[in-house]
This record gives sequence, structure tokens and C-alpha cells, in this order.
Amino acid sequence: MIIAEQKPLEEIFKLLQGHERILVAGCRSCVAICLAGGEKEVGVLAEALRLRAALAQLPWQVDEATVERQCEKEWVSELAPLLKGKDAVLSIACGVGAQTIQAMYPQVRVLPGLNTSNMGAPEEAGVFMEKCGGCGDCVLHLTGGICPIVRCAKSLLNGPCGGSQDGKCEISPEVPCAWDQIYRSLEGLGRLELLEEPIPPKNWMPSRSGGPRKVVRPEAVMTEEQKRQKGVRP
Amino acid sequence: MRARSNLERVLLSGKFAVTAEIGPPKSASADKVRKNAREMRGSADAFNLTDNQTAMSRMSSVACAVVLMQEGLEPVVQMTCRDRNRIAMQGDVLGASALGVRNILCISGDHQTFGNMKEAKNVFDVDSIQELMILRKMRDEGRLWSGDELEVAPELFLGAAANPFADPFEFRVARLAKKAKAGADFVQTQSIYDMERFERWMALVRARGLHEKVHILAGVMPLKSHKVALYMKNKVSGMIVPDEVVERLKNAKDPKEEGVRICVEQIEHLRTIEGVRGVHIMAVAWEEKVPEIVRRAGLGPRD
Repeated sequence: MIIAEQKPLEEIFKLLQGHERILVAGCRSCVAICLAGGEKEVGVLAEALRLRAALAQLPWQVDEATVERQCEKEWVSELAPLLKGKDAVLSIACGVGAQTIQAMYPQVRVLPGLNTSNMGAPEEAGVFMEKCGGCGDCVLHLTGGICPIVRCAKSLLNGPCGGSQDGKCEISPEVPCAWDQIYRSLEGLGRLELLEEPIPPKNWMPSRSGGPRKVVRPEAVMTEEQKRQKGVRP
Repeated sequence: MRARSNLERVLLSGKFAVTAEIGPPKSASADKVRKNAREMRGSADAFNLTDNQTAMSRMSSVACAVVLMQEGLEPVVQMTCRDRNRIAMQGDVLGASALGVRNILCISGDHQTFGNMKEAKNVFDVDSIQELMILRKMRDEGRLWSGDELEVAPELFLGAAANPFADPFEFRVARLAKKAKAGADFVQTQSIYDMERFERWMALVRARGLHEKVHILAGVMPLKSHKVALYMKNKVSGMIVPDEVVERLKNAKDPKEEGVRICVEQIEHLRTIEGVRGVHIMAVAWEEKVPEIVRRAGLGPRD
């Protein structure tokens, strides 16, 4: 899932300067799970904006909406009636959600209420950890099921650097050393031999380094005719 | 002979080698490097130039290497993976080589959060082992990593770092083996204070025959005071400083003299360990002490 967190309120207030009719738009998917942009957070943030408007005598009129998935056009089209007369959407979905709204409603300014952080998972209640770097060429089979690309601070592929001590990364005693974890995992699996052979320089082409990525499933792509019949937006 | 460097010659002759570190200045003037070079001349077989160490911008290691060569000293250029991708790395190697650099040490580099520009973006396109693979290909096959042929291949004596004090301990020897496999001709270790652990590591190194495959230079760092020792112990990851060392410095009348004495004792001991082919002296911001340490350890002057 995508992990995000809300921007500081003061920063959000600044983003909204000069706007009047505002829709706070949340998402029931990833950002609801990481407690950043679900229905509940939409309500709390909208209330905070109303309070601010009352205290600072700002002309803000704040509405609320939360869709199932803000990254999919089908769900985002539900916002159309609510967007009539609005001059700003404060999206508290991930950056993908905010961009989907902006692409579908170019006449309204979409402002990001969250900082999108990473692809991760809940570690325990209220704690979310980055897990996958989306490098486009997965190596988990070589590394005991732990991603070195994103969980190692240096994205090393050939084992822990000289800064690994007591299972911790050199950047902070709070950060586990991914390569220490990889070593322990492979030790448990009886596959330490996987660490003996030098892994050559990685092909970063399928990663962000190769430019913006697009994945196409040809069997699911509709013909122009099919799109017309189903009434799919261009 | 791979690179016909002085360091390679000394190591191949079987003579106990000495290398020492010089920290490039935060300055657009190389006066500090020239001063270090003049003070340290004849105290080591080659001199490491660190590469933006602790992730702070300093004069580039290649530029400092040229200054060192102008002064008649042989450089070991350190090249980190933190600040350059494989494109810049190979370009820098060709440039350094054209200017006369023969020894290059491949390292990952301290993470930028150590430095004073924590907000910087790091590179880490390749890691230190992959860097060795790339440089070895340039030397042995006369080709860039892409396969493109080089008109003239660089002559390189390839170095790497080894840290017997980092974890997991059991993997540290395997990592050295990997570096040797990837092309390391010599390694310099992290500063040794915990001699017992170093000896355990060396025993495992010998058990795998690695001391025959790669020249091992044992790292030492003279400490100026017990405060420096405590800083190393508590703040530097991958470093072990036993309490005994801290106490000796704390109780000494002249802590600096005690620091030098400890360092000399360590070198004398390291010389007796089978498979240790030399020492690497890292006198951080205390470079002028190196000639004295080398002389008192019975290793100098070097010719």
C-alpha cells in the first residue's frame, strides 16, 4: 500500500490562501489505512479549516467527500456534482489521487494536503514501514525476502557496508540494517551461499531512472470501438 | 604487475607496506596538501586521499592526488559510490589514470546524513563490489562496463575497504572474499583497537586462504585523547574501542604521547600476525605525526 502523512496544518492553510469554496477530498484505500486521508481524517481536517476560517475571518466554505479509490476515474467521477462552483480541491489522497482529480477536472485547482511517502505496510498499530522501492526488477529471491533497494540506506546489492553494527544501520540506531536482516533470513533458510557470488551492477532501466513508467496488459486494452460502446471517457 | 605502482611493487616484494591517509582541505587552495606531503614524505609507500569523507564537500581526491604527485608522493585515490553513477565513475577513472594515478580504492562512502548537507540526494548506482567489477573490466579487458572498447586501458592497482568490526561478524570474511573475487588487489581495514576480534577475523581469513589472494593492510588510527576515543566508541558506527584503550588515554599524563605509543604498539603487534601485509595509518587531522609513528614502529623511513 501507499504510505502518506498529512502536511502540517499551517502549510495547508497557506496552500488555501486566496481560495473560497473548497472541497476536502479523501480516499478509502491506502491513505485511510495509514490514517492520513480516509473519511475520518477528511472530517477532522474540514473541521479544522472551518475553525481557522472563523477565527481568522476567512471566506472559506468547506465541503467534504471521500471516494473509494481516488486513483481510479470511475470513482473520481462521483465528485462531479460536488465540484460545481468550487475553486479548490484539497486532496488528502496520495499524489496519484490528487493527479487523477486534476486530470479529470482541469478547471479546478487541486492542492495536495498530504505528503506521499512510500510503498510500505503497517508494522504495528500506528507504525508504517517502507518495504518496496518499485525498481522494476525484483531481487527478493536473492535476499531472503527483504528488499535491499529501499530498506538499505545505500541500496547495496552485495551485503552490508562497514557501518552495520548490532543489527542497526549507520544512519540511525532506530533504523534496522536491511543486510543484517537479509543475512539472518538467508541463514534461517539455509541459503547463505546466495551471498557468496558478486552481483553485477543493476539495470536501473525498469526503475524511475528509465523515465516515467507505463505498464500495458494488452489483453485488457479496449479498442476504440469498445471504448465508444462502453462510453469510456477519452 | 598490474599498474606498476610503488605500492604494488612493495607488496609484491613481500616487504611490510605502509600507507597513510591525507584529508583533503575545505579550501580552493591545495597548500594544506602540499604541507602534508612535505611533512609526510618518506613515511609511507603511498598516501590515501579521502573522497568527501564523512559526506562533507572537500577538494576532490583526484585533484589532491595530482598535487601529491607534483610533490613526488604516490597517491591512492579513494572513490565513493555515494556521489557518482557509473558514467561519472568511469570518466573519473580515465581522467585520474591519464594524470598518473595508479591506485584506486573502491568504497561505498559514508551516508550523507553524516555530513553537513543531509538534504542531499545520494547516488549509489553501484556498490563498492560492483565498482571493483567495473574498474577491473576497464583494466583487464580495456573496455567500459558497456562493452565499448577503450583506446588505452587504465593501469590500476585496485583497493577496497574491509571492516572486521562491523556486523554480522560471520559475514565479514565472506564479504572480503567477494571483494577479492570482484577484483580487489589490496584492502585497508577499519581502525583496529579490538585486537582480539581482529585476530579472530584474520584466522577466518587465513582459513579461506584469502590472505594469499588479496594484500591485507591493517588500519590504525592514533588517538589524541580519551574524548576522541569515546567519540569513536559511541558515535562511529562499525567501530569498536575497548574500555582499556579509553582508560589508558584518560590516565596518561601526556595523552597525545600515549596515543602515539598505543598506535606504535598496535603496529608492532600487527606485524606479527600471519597474513597482514602492511599497515594503513589514519591520523585524522594529525597527519604530521605519521613520520614519528612509522619511525618508532621501526618501519621508516621508506625509500
